Amino acid sequence: MPTLDDYKGQTPAWCPGCGNFSILKVFKEALVELGVEPHQLAIVSGIGQAGKFPHYIRCNTFNGLHGRSLPVATGIKLANHEMLVVAVGGDGDGYGEGGNHLIHAMRRNIGVKVFVHDNQIYGLTKGQASPTSMEGMVTKNQPFGVLSEQFNPMAVAVALDCSFVGRGYSGDPEHLKGLMKSAMSHKGFSLVDILQPCVSFNKVNTYEWYRQRVYRLGPDYNPEDRTAAFAKALEWGERIPIGIIYRNNRRTFEERIPVIQEKPLVKQIVPFGDLKEKMKETLKGNY
Amino acid sequence: MGDTLARVFSRSGYHVFTSQDYESRVRGGHNTYQIRLSDRPVTASRTVVDIVVAFDREGVTLHEKELSEIGIIIYDPAMLGETFERPNFFSIPFVDLAVKGGGNKIMANIVAIGAVLGMLGMGIELLFDVLLNTLRKKDEDTVNKNKMAAVAGYNYAGHNCVQCAFSVVQLAGQKMLLSTNDAIASGAIASGCKFYSAYPMTPSTGIMLYIAGKAKEYGIIVEQAEDEIAAINMALGASFAGIRAMTGTSGGGFALMVEGLSLAAMTETPIVIALAQRPGPATGLPTRTEQGELLFALHAGHGEFPRVIFAPGKPEQGFFLANKAFEISQKYQIPVFILTDQYLADAQWTVEQFDLDGLFHNEYRTSGEAECSGRYMRHALTDNGVSPFCIPALTAGLVVTDSDEHDEEGHIVEDAATRIKMVDKRLFKKLPLIRQEIEPPLFYGNGKPEIIIIGWGSTYGIMKEAVDILSKQRSIGMLHFSEVYPLPATDKFDYLGMLRGAKMTICVEQNATNQFARLIKTETGFECSVLMSRYDGRPYLLEEFLGELHAHIG
Repeated sequence: MPTLDDYKGQTPAWCPGCGNFSILKVFKEALVELGVEPHQLAIVSGIGQAGKFPHYIRCNTFNGLHGRSLPVATGIKLANHEMLVVAVGGDGDGYGEGGNHLIHAMRRNIGVKVFVHDNQIYGLTKGQASPTSMEGMVTKNQPFGVLSEQFNPMAVAVALDCSFVGRGYSGDPEHLKGLMKSAMSHKGFSLVDILQPCVSFNKVNTYEWYRQRVYRLGPDYNPEDRTAAFAKALEWGERIPIGIIYRNNRRTFEERIPVIQEKPLVKQIVPFGDLKEKMKETLKGNY
Repeated sequence: MGDTLARVFSRSGYHVFTSQDYESRVRGGHNTYQIRLSDRPVTASRTVVDIVVAFDREGVTLHEKELSEIGIIIYDPAMLGETFERPNFFSIPFVDLAVKGGGNKIMANIVAIGAVLGMLGMGIELLFDVLLNTLRKKDEDTVNKNKMAAVAGYNYAGHNCVQCAFSVVQLAGQKMLLSTNDAIASGAIASGCKFYSAYPMTPSTGIMLYIAGKAKEYGIIVEQAEDEIAAINMALGASFAGIRAMTGTSGGGFALMVEGLSLAAMTETPIVIALAQRPGPATGLPTRTEQGELLFALHAGHGEFPRVIFAPGKPEQGFFLANKAFEISQKYQIPVFILTDQYLADAQWTVEQFDLDGLFHNEYRTSGEAECSGRYMRHALTDNGVSPFCIPALTAGLVVTDSDEHDEEGHIVEDAATRIKMVDKRLFKKLPLIRQEIEPPLFYGNGKPEIIIIGWGSTYGIMKEAVDILSKQRSIGMLHFSEVYPLPATDKFDYLGMLRGAKMTICVEQNATNQFARLIKTETGFECSVLMSRYDGRPYLLEEFLGELHAHIG
């Protein structure tokens, strides 16, 4: 069984007090508790403070381009669907630059797990608005305040029938760990939006701000009721729910691709000699 | 209809060359399908036509002037609403014959095919075979009605075409008939390609369609991505995870892929990119042809990194260069391009069986315990710059890579010393080895010609026919480059010496700025004495091409 030591990576270069630290800690614990070995896991990340996440843990890593983690993760999952493939990024990466990929990954229901470190601000570029910044938030680059409406990833995901939609909070690590475990155990596409204060640049959504608003969804909430889920996804402001917002059992993309039903592509490499004979037959079709 | 008739000719043993001309619309408009057949190899289209099958009035208007001395236009007055009394017109009631035989109006096409075979005095049995193939999913009644329509046209033309003066030779031994784009797709499959992700875009779509058609049989995943950015990133993900992956697009789509190209280079993830050129800028002429993306493919991508560019000019080159593209990309962990274009997508050629023993079939990925276990380093510094590339998840070794500059393990670094080592590894150590893999251009002609035509990619066929004709009177030869970048070294064949020794060097390209001539000049200092360029989106036709050459060589 894997231990926390197996997952010990490089020392993070994040700001002291950053919500990322608790996310990293509970993510490792979740992996150990699920019994996932480092080599069975691939983390794909983009660019941003969250993009550095896989370097601070030990696993197969593809730290790619800004916004492009989902297509890379999709390619990995299609090549070897026996791997646990996790995409990690921030709100700019996942909801801004990578928005189109998110929509289509949900449609496919590819078995990739997405953890969005949502601090509602751009940290790496030092404090511009992000898609999830609240309307009116003033930054150096938005001197008149954010004019666009805040992007609601939960509502979009429920609308697209995303098969697992969850929201966590870095200030409630025990709850977050449970949510991560549920997301990684779910076979279809999972989106987990993780609310996370940015101590350096976001002066609106602080630990205190969240403490007054965030609450855990209780056992009486049924995440399989899509209509109720949509109402819950719209809840923001005075009260902010965390937990599994919505879940369904749609068939995954991998389950619907005929050629990988017996084993993953990576284990189906045809010997070149056989391939040559097969191609001889195929070429006869050109006569 | 064109495909069916061309297939009958190729099965009869003729050398066949087909080309098409159509507008960017789904139905309607005037479309042309030209078939050339001969007992000798044919590799280009001509401006002169012997038989025109006109299905609309434009077919007459546009092509009457192209008729040869013995040329005839066949048409159905009922379809065109007009009767022509000129001697080179032969009216055949396509629709009437189709309907009388129990078929429907659409079978007028089949009547016309039968009529052409009747005019040529060829047999009709091979047409039945081809129809059985193309209609294999239809019921027996439909097949029989099609056969009856063919016979009706065949007999009508055979009995009534008094002006037909065609005589065809009897040949034996059927040939393959395929387009270069289909050959590229076949070559990719034969190289073990297991993943193809792309967004449909003319003229690259055929490659995806071909592979999708074979996906079940060969165990391949073909994914239509949401955009070209996703397409290249998916292919990189699949490649990273251990399988051979490819993407394809045209210029506009490739513009979106450029960032991903740079990612492939930095992460040293092998990828094959089919770039099917069409005239630009922007949407350009979507269904026309051009060789305008050579320098784009060469310079695309931020940062400095090695790449290889192939540009096949005929089906056989398409097949084997697709294979070599996989070989080189896997061996050196770099991006490799196959440049094709609309012309190569549409034109079908007859070819002899490919010799599959010529395929590169080497495995470069590893999941060996010795290389991959312990502290495996994805970007380990080695003498030749190539690091062992383990397949993730198959061993306990961890495969780590990064779009940031990274250390040997694949983790982010910023220090100058590592940066220099990594650039040296990716670029300078690999480059001389890659250059050695590139084959010299194909020389066609005799001895040391005074005049040399130089070209690359899709101009192969037209150049070859021109040399065949002109070399009867002139000292002329051609150099055709299908492995265009890095430019081949001269140790195997001193093509530069040959060029420098020629009196006239004519560089022929289907683009406005003679990109390949500029590439040769940049890399070697050699300057072609004549630049021929065409950028109207249409391929060269033989007579036009000869005319333009004559203007230069006298």
